[in-house]
Amino acid sequence: MPKFEELTVGDVVAQQDYKITRDSLVRYAGASGDFNTIHYRDDIAQAVGLPGVLAHGMLTMGISIQPVVSWVGDAGQVVDYGVRFTKPVVVPAKGHAALSVTATIGALEEETKRARVDLTTTFEENTVLGKSQAWVQF
Amino acid sequence: MVNPDIQGKRYPRTSSYLVGREKVREFAKAVMAAKESQDLGFAQSKGYADLVVPPTFPVVIQEQSLTLVLSDPEAKIDFSRVVHGDQRFVYQRPIIAGDELTSELTVASVKSLGGNHMVTFETEIFDAADKLVCTAISTLVVRGE
Repeated sequence: MPKFEELTVGDVVAQQDYKITRDSLVRYAGASGDFNTIHYRDDIAQAVGLPGVLAHGMLTMGISIQPVVSWVGDAGQVVDYGVRFTKPVVVPAKGHAALSVTATIGALEEETKRARVDLTTTFEENTVLGKSQAWVQF
Repeated sequence: MVNPDIQGKRYPRTSSYLVGREKVREFAKAVMAAKESQDLGFAQSKGYADLVVPPTFPVVIQEQSLTLVLSDPEAKIDFSRVVHGDQRFVYQRPIIAGDELTSELTVASVKSLGGNHMVTFETEIFDAADKLVCTAISTLVVRGE
């Protein structure tokens, strides 16, 4: 398990790639209860003017924190996590959308023993989440 | 057209939601969590009584409160024009399988920006002892007509 005292601002503490398929979207719809049809029906996505079926923003957010959870070894230490949804992740009917997540130490608060972890989530070379930051309590 | 007068409006407390262990596992799998997040022995080795929910799990609870707003004729929010703008979860303590949670939503702000409306909601999530465990803050962008 990482130690607070050994962290430095700028450290890349986790990096992981994920493949999002239509199956992933159906699974997340069921698990979360978000059955908005733009996340699984091409005809509806097209009818409302979207570039294709989109991943739930909350799925991208949910996946993006996982490298941090694995690094800390305890989801309970993630005490604050926020993102802005800036770009959609289009998921094709065949194949997958490739997400890449990098977690970097953005700030360290000595008094509270909290570390801010800044997350960069990219899809097709674009960043899809803005101001993606998590605070980890040590 | 969102009704700006709903700023400050507090919606009633939702009925209790029991966090089930298998629901936590199902959600953890869906957000591609590592296997250890679904392992009871691992959670117990960290001192928890049961599985800890993934950080974004409270969206399930937030959704229950949000339903009240979206179905409120006074709010006038057209769900087909809604896009999720941002989301944040601030924890007072971890949520564990077995917790019985209720939530209460307040409309923190309604802002108008270039023909769109940005509505920010703060959903406070309480445990069975009525202690605050998490605040979910969500901004929905309602696209103009």
